[in-house]
Amino acid sequence: MDCAASSVRQNALATDPESAEWLTALGDSGAGRDLALARLHALLLRVARSEAVRRAPAIGVSGRELDDVVQQAADDALVAIVAKLGEFRGESRFTTWAYKFAVLEVAGKLTRHAWRKTAPSRVEEDWTLLPDRFGFGPAEAAEWAELFVVLRRAVDEDLTARQRRIFVAIVLHGVPLDVLVEELGSNRNAIYKSLFDARRKLRARLVANGYMDDLARRA
Amino acid sequence: MTGRERLRRFLDTDPADAGCAETFRLLDVYVERELARGDARLAFPRVAAHLDVCGPCVEDVRGLLAVLPGKIN
Repeated sequence: MDCAASSVRQNALATDPESAEWLTALGDSGAGRDLALARLHALLLRVARSEAVRRAPAIGVSGRELDDVVQQAADDALVAIVAKLGEFRGESRFTTWAYKFAVLEVAGKLTRHAWRKTAPSRVEEDWTLLPDRFGFGPAEAAEWAELFVVLRRAVDEDLTARQRRIFVAIVLHGVPLDVLVEELGSNRNAIYKSLFDARRKLRARLVANGYMDDLARRA
Repeated sequence: MTGRERLRRFLDTDPADAGCAETFRLLDVYVERELARGDARLAFPRVAAHLDVCGPCVEDVRGLLAVLPGKIN
């Protein structure tokens, strides 16, 4: 028995009976494992469809395109689950743990599908959009015009090239995180962390220029 | 929420923010806790801090909640 299978069997001892059954079957070899994989794939298909239908109205995908996303999401989720089986710690039911991979796959695939004709790198920078992106109306944007000048200068001067690219894509142009993941060949966490660090730098610039106090007082 | 409030919320980072990777790792546990006891935000404050600002991860939570039975015992 290899290390992964051993780890799966150990986890099977430390979880609820139904989850233990799953782990035992998936950690097995031969026909029992094949049957468990087929059962799990059927469940993932059901979850992927449910999640795709939930998200579809906001994305505008339907029919055969949606069916393809569902199928691919279930397939890829199964691959991910098998690869990460040794990471399951029995802190939740096995099926709950497994379903989150289907949800994640649907999220990424549907979002990227919706943006497939618009590569983020080809969107031209339009800084006049920035106040609107934060929900400033025309009068409020005019009142805070100086702040946005300082903010844009901070984007250009204080952020790294990567942080600037991520800020422009996500904040200025509303590119979804999952689309940028593919564009940059990265992952959600790395991009989120870059934007997190960018937010701290921009805040520091606005604090240095007295705008954060203004925002707090007049909010 | 006014534009000023939204901008402040964007700029105010929380050091406790778990990030996307830790949130995904705990997603199943978080959601089962919410279904069982309704206090996932208290039990997982770092995840809660992340969910306050990360739309994609919030949607993952909603998606997982939607496919699970109403009550986990």
